[in-house]
Amino acid sequence: MRNPVSSNLTRSKLIEETQSASGKKNRGGLRRFFSRSGNTPISPVRKRRYYRKGEVLAFYLCILPWLLGFLIFIAGPMFSSFGLSFFRWDYFRPPRWAGLDNYTRMLDDEDFWDAVKVTFTFAAFYVPLSQVIALAAAVLLSQKLKGISVFRTIYYLPAILSGVAYVVLWVWLFEPDHGLINLILSWFGMQGPRWLSDPKIALAALIIMSLWGLGSSMIIYVAGLKNIPVHLHEAAQIDGAGPINRFFRITLPLLTPTIFFNLVLVIIQTFQSYTTAAVATGGGPNNATLFYLVYLYRMAFKQQEAGYASAMAWVLFAVILIFTLLIIRSSSLWVYYDGQRKNEG
Amino acid sequence: MKLVRKTRQIPKSLLSFKPRTLKKVILYLALGLGATLYLFPLIWMFLTSLKPAYQVLNPNPLPNPIQWNNYPDSLTYSTLDFAKYYLNSGLITVLNLIGTLLSSTVVAYGFARLNAPGKNLLFIVLLATLMLPFPVTMVPIFALFNWLGWVDTFLPLTIPAFFGNAFNIFLLRQFFLTIPTELEDAARIDGANTGQIIYKIMLPLILPAEAAVAVLTFQNTWNDFLMPQIYLKDQSLFTVAQGLQFFRGSLNPQWHLLMAASLMAMLPLMALFLIAQRYFIEGIALSGLKE
Repeated sequence: MRNPVSSNLTRSKLIEETQSASGKKNRGGLRRFFSRSGNTPISPVRKRRYYRKGEVLAFYLCILPWLLGFLIFIAGPMFSSFGLSFFRWDYFRPPRWAGLDNYTRMLDDEDFWDAVKVTFTFAAFYVPLSQVIALAAAVLLSQKLKGISVFRTIYYLPAILSGVAYVVLWVWLFEPDHGLINLILSWFGMQGPRWLSDPKIALAALIIMSLWGLGSSMIIYVAGLKNIPVHLHEAAQIDGAGPINRFFRITLPLLTPTIFFNLVLVIIQTFQSYTTAAVATGGGPNNATLFYLVYLYRMAFKQQEAGYASAMAWVLFAVILIFTLLIIRSSSLWVYYDGQRKNEG
Repeated sequence: MKLVRKTRQIPKSLLSFKPRTLKKVILYLALGLGATLYLFPLIWMFLTSLKPAYQVLNPNPLPNPIQWNNYPDSLTYSTLDFAKYYLNSGLITVLNLIGTLLSSTVVAYGFARLNAPGKNLLFIVLLATLMLPFPVTMVPIFALFNWLGWVDTFLPLTIPAFFGNAFNIFLLRQFFLTIPTELEDAARIDGANTGQIIYKIMLPLILPAEAAVAVLTFQNTWNDFLMPQIYLKDQSLFTVAQGLQFFRGSLNPQWHLLMAASLMAMLPLMALFLIAQRYFIEGIALSGLKE
């Protein structure tokens, strides 16, 4: 863990001294969290917890904003959303009981199935592609070369620009007759497609567009690569292992916890993509880019189908939960943690 | 013996020199290719934004003459009023920054340092909310704000920030845990209360983490499109993102003006990123790699 004291502090010297004096025992985050802080020793005889005078009150006062926010903006709405999914409601007239209608309606709703298909297709391409490219870029950016930080800045820049301006820029790049991409294709004698208005190709365009901003995954990989001990590579190199061998036998296995973390993050985000399709295509042409959330937004705020939209939101939640659980369950097969050996070794 | 050694050494060092240089050249080529791919869209955007209207559809990428006027012109194109949108986005962003920094710091301190019955359970609940997709709560929250008459005000986009953000709380808590407790204990013996400890002792120490939270909050608020789209219908309340989308939706998009407007919308973020890049990257790395 890095030293949290920034150098521009006037008192930093004193603080650093106390830090080095305190040594290692304060570094164990988890232990710190589960044991009590303060200097009164834990009684070895009784297991009862002691709290400093006023500590319990102070704790609840501290977390009060979050606790209130949780009740008002998460727990309450979750509860109502689940309830609403069994009603028909347009925000104005009193809700009418609908039983399971909102859920069974999805089965016959062709637009809904288009949205499911589009979202899964997008995820099936974007998740693996983004992870392979991000990892490759991270490996490049982890090399010890002069000026590498400039490259890091450039590679990460698009990721912070995500938003409407980002998408508008790409709409211009994909412009069929005068856009940059088809211009480059024409130099090679190719006739570029009508990217965003061709139902067969629009989703591919959105995948390419999204790949420009994969910087977050990349940064997490760069950080993960830093944690891989150099001595393993050195030992393997002495034993005659080439760089490709070392990547697949050392780097990749040791990086699996980072890959795991990134996968969970990216899958949760991908299922909730909105801005890209909403701005670039509005879900068209012919529902070819109808992301789940674009359709949900349409139902919730354009058609005023609050009940149906809530039911759709719960289905999305269930799907995300299932996928996350699948990854977590499968992780024991492929994620390697320190101090734990896999059977095949 | 000695002679043999010497003759061996020279070709060896020569040999090891060559592949290393070759490796470097290949790496730089790969990095350069990637950098071109990442930068070119932005360069293209910049070039388009400087073209006179009649050259926009011309394949020659260089504008001639360079028309800086596109920038001020794009701000007031048609019925657009970007000056207003920048004020709106700025106000919303500043309020989000204040709200989230104030509340998340205090909550994170509580979870990191204070003990009380029920704390572990509450912390697990906090982590679980990170998994919750926004659409699940979207409709009832809209119904609530609608009932309060808050639609077409900035309140739905700013008030929730004052209740803390689970991700930021988690990030700051992780950072609090890396700070030794001695200072606080000393202050407590001297009679400082929890509020004083947070603001006088802890705050200076966790400034890097606060900076990370601040830049990530700025980025998310500035780029947000879904929330403003739900709550702001009145054109005079639009954020920059909404203004751009409205611009793009207009029948005959003037690409040179649209690119000028988009580039300006990206500018605050680019500037912040170049100044505080370290904190963007730390924020992401910190949340990703600890526990």
